[in-house]
Amino acid sequence: MSRIKDSFYNLKKKNEQALIPYIMAGYPNDKYCMATIKSIINNGADMLEIGFPFSDPLADGQIIQNASRISIEQKMNMKKLLSMIKNIRNETKIPIIIMTYANIIYQYGYEKFLSDAKSNGADGLIIPDLPIEEASTYKQFAQYYNIETIFLVAPNTPTNRIKKICKICSGFLYLVSTYGTTGTKININNELKNLIKTIKHITNNKIPLGIGFGVSTTKDIMLLDKQYVDAVIIGSALLKIINKTYPKLNQTQIKISEFIHELKSATK
Amino acid sequence: MKKINNQFEEFGGKYIPETLMPLINELEEKYFQLRNDKNFQSELNKLLIEYAGRPTPIYYAKNLTKKIGGAKIYLKREDLLHGGAHKINNTLGQALLAKKMNKNRVIAETGAGQHGIATAMACAILALESEIYMGRTDGARQKINLLKMKLLGSKIHLVNSGSQTLKDAINEAIKDWIKNVNNTYYLIGSVVGPHPYPTMVRDFQSIIGKEIKLQMYKKNKKHPDIAIACVGGGSNAIGTFYPLLNTNTELIGVEAGGRGLKTDDHAATLNRGSKGILHGMMTYILQDNDGQIKNTHSISAGLDYPGVGPEHAYLMNKKLAKYEIVNDDEAFNAFLLLSKTEGIMPALESAHAVAHAIKIASEMKKSRSIIITISGRGDKDIEIINKMLNYV
Repeated sequence: MSRIKDSFYNLKKKNEQALIPYIMAGYPNDKYCMATIKSIINNGADMLEIGFPFSDPLADGQIIQNASRISIEQKMNMKKLLSMIKNIRNETKIPIIIMTYANIIYQYGYEKFLSDAKSNGADGLIIPDLPIEEASTYKQFAQYYNIETIFLVAPNTPTNRIKKICKICSGFLYLVSTYGTTGTKININNELKNLIKTIKHITNNKIPLGIGFGVSTTKDIMLLDKQYVDAVIIGSALLKIINKTYPKLNQTQIKISEFIHELKSATK
Repeated sequence: MKKINNQFEEFGGKYIPETLMPLINELEEKYFQLRNDKNFQSELNKLLIEYAGRPTPIYYAKNLTKKIGGAKIYLKREDLLHGGAHKINNTLGQALLAKKMNKNRVIAETGAGQHGIATAMACAILALESEIYMGRTDGARQKINLLKMKLLGSKIHLVNSGSQTLKDAINEAIKDWIKNVNNTYYLIGSVVGPHPYPTMVRDFQSIIGKEIKLQMYKKNKKHPDIAIACVGGGSNAIGTFYPLLNTNTELIGVEAGGRGLKTDDHAATLNRGSKGILHGMMTYILQDNDGQIKNTHSISAGLDYPGVGPEHAYLMNKKLAKYEIVNDDEAFNAFLLLSKTEGIMPALESAHAVAHAIKIASEMKKSRSIIITISGRGDKDIEIINKMLNYV
């Protein structure tokens, strides 16, 4: 078993969804980022998604793109990310998932990246611009180093393609809730609900389903049926809180703690 | 005989978010259907002849040849096309494809503005809506082109992110496409992006090389010894090279050396870059050790791009083409020289190709020949030139 699988297993028993907050590594600076992460893990996050910045993030909206730029300006690099993950791993047992873009890991070397990520305590990866067609080398090393490869599906992904994606996806399947980049407002209507049911039917309950891109409130979470949705990913909404309260770290931590606490309650 | 390959081995690919995958697959299917469709090709051909002004002439630059004193220099006059650049070869093809796919909204990125204008024109005659993304910096240095696009009926989005140039305009156009998957066609302006764009745009631009082959053979009863074209994304160069790959013509692409390769202010992707993934493709890119994309510089907005078409990466690795460097000041001088000797103002992009031809022609025998693709005309650049000269 892996940390991610264990986590889903335990949450299922309690009839809870996994709350997966996303944070940009090194944003707005290293110390601030670590303090924010502490507030997140101490207030009920079930897993943690850490974004590593890329200069040209095609899947991200304004908020995360801006955070990426600042993180790069703060000289975030792979060495820093790995030691950051190691530090977090010393503080918590919850699964850690890295989200970054294909060029970053290609440049670092697929094998070296997967090996280093694992040995420093990461459990899973999300690479939004690495579709299954281009992922064979990556998947091979991920299996070897025992890291979960989380793949995305979109509202327009055809059924047979979802099936193919499920074959190489592990950890959970990540549904992009809307057409658009991260931070686009989600619209939880019947169309989305039907889509979720369809995907759940296709996956035959063999892999948990997570939803992200626009999930931002407790209300959003309440509207997502626990029977079908196993995890919610919250990113831009958290960065917004940081943006609003920065540079008052104390304020940021209070607001983030409250927010995570509320979101977690909604997943129960 | 050199080998021609449609796949570019490790280069190219589809490194795109999942939302775009169904669109790219639909595009691929539709394009390869229409690629051999006689009706589509004859419709496109009619537009190329009657609207764009094809074929473009080959011109023997007698005065320049005399001045340099070496190989005969010929110019492929893509600058004479409607819109003033080779870009229209591609936009007519893709806009027609968009029409056949029932997409009524077309988006495009532009650097120098030439692709934006060519897109606006193609969309105007085919009655499609067009929206153009342009970096704010590029918009400021190519104001006239910005105005032209508006007059031709396009909606302009100025991009404020990143370096505010072509790279960022492409990012924003891709994001627009992710948001508007149902009615929108993304009309990429160069041989870049995810498959099938590099292949498709090359096919549409190959008319340049096909004509060169016929016209030069008609003139000299042999193929040119050397063909030279500038390379940003590399569409006019691939269009020139591809049909000549099965001849003995030596193919030379010219990259922007900017302020020199000793500085960071250049866009010499093939010469100074390394393998990586950008804008949906595996190719050579200018990046730092962490894989972050570097900012580039060139006097010409059209060459100011940190990536390059994957087929060029392939041609370079297979040694089927060579890629040389020309700096800002050399391109600037070549602009002036061609203007004065032949009365032809090349685009600053094309002036890079002219500058390299000037460098090598003097070392070559008079019996040999060089063809330079003049990808566009220089009118759009005269403000930049004037700033450097202080003429008026």
